[in-house]
Amino acid sequence: MRETMQTPPAAALACRELCVAYGARTVLDDFTLEIPAGQWTAVVGPNGCGKSTLLRALAGLKAPRGGAVFLHGRRLGAWPRRERARRLGWLAQSPTTTDLTAAEVVALGRFAHSGWLAHRDVDDDAAIERAMSATGSLRWADRRVSTLSGGERQRVHLARVLAVEATVLLLDEPTTHLDPPHQEDVARLLRAQAHGCGVAVLSAIHDLSLALTADRLIVLGPDGVVGHGAVEEALERDWLSQAFQTRIDVVTHEGVHLWRPALDGRAGP
Amino acid sequence: MSASRRALAIWFATCIAATLALTFGSLLVGTSSLHTSLHWLFSPDAQSAVVLWDIRLPRTVGAWCAGALLGLAGAVAQGVFRNPLAEPYLLGTASGAALGVTMSLLATDASVGALAWAGRLGMTGAACVGAFAAIALTIMLARGVLQTASLLLSGIVVGFLLTAVNSLLLLARPEMWRTMQVFLLGSTAYLGWPATALLGAALAVCVIPSTLLSRGLDALTLGEDTAQSLGLSLPALRLSLIGILSVATAAAVGQVGVVGFVGLVAPHLVRETVKVNHRQLLIAAPLCGGALLQAADLASRWIIHPAELPVGAVTACVGGAYLAFLLYRRTRDA
Repeated sequence: MRETMQTPPAAALACRELCVAYGARTVLDDFTLEIPAGQWTAVVGPNGCGKSTLLRALAGLKAPRGGAVFLHGRRLGAWPRRERARRLGWLAQSPTTTDLTAAEVVALGRFAHSGWLAHRDVDDDAAIERAMSATGSLRWADRRVSTLSGGERQRVHLARVLAVEATVLLLDEPTTHLDPPHQEDVARLLRAQAHGCGVAVLSAIHDLSLALTADRLIVLGPDGVVGHGAVEEALERDWLSQAFQTRIDVVTHEGVHLWRPALDGRAGP
Repeated sequence: MSASRRALAIWFATCIAATLALTFGSLLVGTSSLHTSLHWLFSPDAQSAVVLWDIRLPRTVGAWCAGALLGLAGAVAQGVFRNPLAEPYLLGTASGAALGVTMSLLATDASVGALAWAGRLGMTGAACVGAFAAIALTIMLARGVLQTASLLLSGIVVGFLLTAVNSLLLLARPEMWRTMQVFLLGSTAYLGWPATALLGAALAVCVIPSTLLSRGLDALTLGEDTAQSLGLSLPALRLSLIGILSVATAAAVGQVGVVGFVGLVAPHLVRETVKVNHRQLLIAAPLCGGALLQAADLASRWIIHPAELPVGAVTACVGGAYLAFLLYRRTRDA
């Protein structure tokens, strides 16, 4: 094990022997993981199993008790703050509301590029516009975020993360507050970021069917990590049923994996 | 030019017009009738010129500067603690400054009115030292600036503690109560040109860095995790903003005493009328606070003319009524 600590991992984002705890409760223990570039990885698991904690630890927002997180082969802590922020975008689970306009919020995503004085250059403006049109939030550019609906607000925050133009995206429940068609938009967007732009995307996703459209899964259960790997591997080894401690039925229809809720004939957890 | 920008421009213009009108009005109030005051103002004899330019003008300009400092401190406090009820005195500054003044009075054994301005600078210095010491104590008690809740709690603890010490000192020297009362209620009556210059300098020193840091305050409205992920250093940002907050509050408290509510109400009044980002708020809140304290100063001289009310009592009454109105509207809408 010690030798693996010597050579830094090649993946866009990786953690080695990561231990994360909240007080006396250990959420992750000795967890080693690589998040490859150009792939969309979804984190799934029941409520309170530590999805957010994992994401926060990987984003450097929660100090691990042991182990290390590597961004492009370099320890998170070794990166200068702004350079790190240019490579790693983060979306909080339920972003707070604010009196800023949507455009001002998205422009904050460029902070690591433009700095304190907010001297926006052509690149910044272009990135802001691209991000807002990709999320369909351009229409509200001049509206106050506090006057937007939950779904609209979520898309503004998503645009803010995209505007960073980071190489690694960590998103905690990017589809909350969104109706199914817009959830689909987000899924398409994340896939495009991964496959089209070569970004390493990691997102916690509540909706199982949506999570199954990702490339890879990290399955967390009540007692820690059940497994991580390609979606097919997760289905083959039935990690989801282990994680949720109840049978999870997944049907495959025309190449798409769908979670089938069984409302009768099955005992609850 | 969007609608919100136009609203903001109108807002700025209103503030500046109010300030000019209040300055003019302040020069008039105090003499027997409006006619004689206007006569005074436009063809002053030597004696009235002294009254106008060396007493009334510095007083009203000084009141504006102190109000502006409190408005700025309030806006910074509400931003850095992400709490609309935060105000300039919440880190224990007021009690610290009061204790500083008491100690300096004990040392010099003089009353506020009798002190020459060199002595007053000494008292101002004592108030500032007291305010800074209180903030340092608060930060030490909270073990740094990272935990908002412990900072606020420590501020309350330090405030009570220093007030208690102050009361004990005053118990031992009851003849100082009256002097301290002037300070604790807040008074604009002793503002001369030197004090006004000091306030103006403090305002310049505080406004510039705070507007430079306004993007950080904007980012903080998105939550601490998000602000950090954007590449901000939270401790550095907090510490610099608390530094600005302390300088602004200490300077104002040192000159006009503990004037309540201006720092709390000014940023509220701005946000209730126009929607702003922090760069705009950090300009608008001082403009608003300045006009508010000027108006309170004018009212304090006018209401029971020829006697004077302490300006802090006026701001507390008006500010309290305004907050009660806000509360009423919010609970009615809810």
